Amino acid sequence: MAVVEEKPREEQLPTRKKKIAATGSDAAAYAVRDADVDVVAVYPITPQAPIAENIAQMIADGELDAELIHVESEHSAMSAAVAAAATGARSFTATSSQGLELMHEILYIASGLRQPVVMALATRALSAPINIWNDYADAMGMRDTGWIMIFSENVQEVYDNLVQAFRIAEHPDVLLPVVVTLDGYILSHTTEALEPLDREEVLSFAPKRPRGYRPVLDPDHPVTIGVLGAPNWYQEIKVQQALAMRESRRVIEEAGKEFGKRYGREYGFIEPYYMDDAEVAIVTLGATSSLVKAAVNRLREQGVKAGMVKIRVFRPFPAEELAKVLENVNALGVLDRAVSFGGALEGPLAMEVLSTLAVRGVMKPFINFIHGLGGRDIFVKDVVEMYQKLLEAAKSGKSVTRTLFYGVRSRKGHVI
Amino acid sequence: MSTNQEKGFPERFLGKKYPETMEDLPIAAIVPWPGSTLDVTTHAWRTFRPVINQDKCVRCRLCWIYCPDGAILEVDEEYTTSTGKKYKVSFKVDYDHCKGCGICANECPVKAIEMVPEMK
Amino acid sequence: MLDVPRVEIRFHGRGGQGAVTAAKVLASAAVDEGKYALAFPEYGAERRGAPVLAFTRIDEKPILEREPILEPDIVVVFDPSLEPEIYMKGLRPNGMLVINTKKTVDQVVKLLEEHGLQKPRCIARIDATDIALKHLRAPIVNTSMLAALVRAASVVRLETLEENIRKVFAERPHIAEANVKAMEEAYNSTEVVCL
Repeated sequence: MAVVEEKPREEQLPTRKKKIAATGSDAAAYAVRDADVDVVAVYPITPQAPIAENIAQMIADGELDAELIHVESEHSAMSAAVAAAATGARSFTATSSQGLELMHEILYIASGLRQPVVMALATRALSAPINIWNDYADAMGMRDTGWIMIFSENVQEVYDNLVQAFRIAEHPDVLLPVVVTLDGYILSHTTEALEPLDREEVLSFAPKRPRGYRPVLDPDHPVTIGVLGAPNWYQEIKVQQALAMRESRRVIEEAGKEFGKRYGREYGFIEPYYMDDAEVAIVTLGATSSLVKAAVNRLREQGVKAGMVKIRVFRPFPAEELAKVLENVNALGVLDRAVSFGGALEGPLAMEVLSTLAVRGVMKPFINFIHGLGGRDIFVKDVVEMYQKLLEAAKSGKSVTRTLFYGVRSRKGHVI
Repeated sequence: MSTNQEKGFPERFLGKKYPETMEDLPIAAIVPWPGSTLDVTTHAWRTFRPVINQDKCVRCRLCWIYCPDGAILEVDEEYTTSTGKKYKVSFKVDYDHCKGCGICANECPVKAIEMVPEMK
Repeated sequence: MLDVPRVEIRFHGRGGQGAVTAAKVLASAAVDEGKYALAFPEYGAERRGAPVLAFTRIDEKPILEREPILEPDIVVVFDPSLEPEIYMKGLRPNGMLVINTKKTVDQVVKLLEEHGLQKPRCIARIDATDIALKHLRAPIVNTSMLAALVRAASVVRLETLEENIRKVFAERPHIAEANVKAMEEAYNSTEVVCL
């Protein structure tokens, strides 16, 4: 019988590192530096620009030995990033909003060609009207592009998620591009405490594999990348891609656990907050989760059994985990920060959550909230109000079939 | 040049050379076998076949340059014309891959290529 | 000194005076002292001269509230020409006003009264523009105002702030030293009156 040596928890935890103050953009650039990225193809756009600036500075200062490709547009940035990955390089790009829209055609090509590009997306609303502030419209537009999508709640997670992204993307069982989001301004330009890792640690966690471990463009070993997929094989190639996305779950889970074992910060697909006995819960994404947690804290002080679930990995969607954690709530809300105009529900996340539950036969009184579009501040008190709405739904046992827009300046009141 | 097989890619990257199911297919429609177009013949596409008159041909290589399918072959075969001119090479058609488009005949400056009906 | 676990500070300046940098440097200093901090500006169409807002939250515990600070414990006013209605808005009754002004504390109180505004519990006044002009030859008052802030409310130590200023200007040590001198003078000449 195997003897399991039990060590006290403190001994297992690595020694805490010194914290530094950093913005989300700093954290993203540090992760790129520490992962020893080979090629960065990037076109600056607000609020992603400081990431591009920081990386350019690091390369100029000799802190990072990478090729910085000054492209003429985001379409070219993504094309160059895909091509760099196809030569076997560790490849990175970053963008926001309209930049992501311009990349769109190549987003599908990155995943279809199974190139492990890693991207940081400083989330920002989409034009028109032109707006440089945070919401998740750009990220939600990526839903179906075949990218693994990880949302960050704070500056530390921006760093940790990007480090994990390289390990996940380049894993031979995955080979899919990964995007890590950071809320525009709310994370990209906010200074808070960050505990970065040493470069050696990052490279041992997300090692650079020998160049030829997967088919890459190499004159000595010719392969063809980017062929025509006629009807006789296109479907199989797409199914392979869907299966790779499913398979990535295992690698993502391993990466999150291993990260925890090594550095004391474990990551899962979702992060439940006070869900053990929660009667009402809100599901949300990204830095918005912090606000919802703050609202939960406030409600718990008043004796309300509120809980929240943060979706960390949005693609592949953590359906099993989510269904399990929501099993026992009496009413459920989803806080979206994007609009799917004319959708069955207008919140893209709400539709994912509801499909997750419906297909498993779990039905709860449900409300979809949309707030915080184009940088509209969500206040903790707004979220507390949403929880009160959910308590009413729990009492009446009825869903609100119409999506509710919160914080609206309307003659009819702030909820439309 | 070593092949990718010799390089030892795992099965999932290589697939099988002639896959029948999804499981045999290399990922992302990557073709890890160099020169795979040689395995696909297109001879059945032809209505007319180009025939090179070695006597008239001046070995200018224009047909070789213009052929969109690389189906004109330059071979080391000496030839002496009826007027006694000697050539070290000859140009032949790869009839497995020629689609019969006629570009070679059109471009030939000495009209040494004739398009002959395939029908027998 | 304010005795609360969390301090919420709002900086009011004009574009170019360094309010955003001040909020960040203060957060950096708090992190260096082992605390949690959050610093963020209110983003608009930034341009030199336009009124600018920046926020810093400092806490012993991790900070979840990412919302703008509507009810600050302390407001730091970089420019005396800003409207008192704007910078006094939401200041907690037991809060503190740290203001760059040539006025005396009494005159500041009178100004607030004239505008029909509630008096804060404490006022810290400093002529930061004079100090900045003397040491930096430019009216960039952010470092002096930070020194005045820590004199009035010890949210972080002056030495930690100075270390962070040296980090910001690592490549231009003479500018760092001029700022540190300005901070020393500002710290010593800040007048704090609790009403």
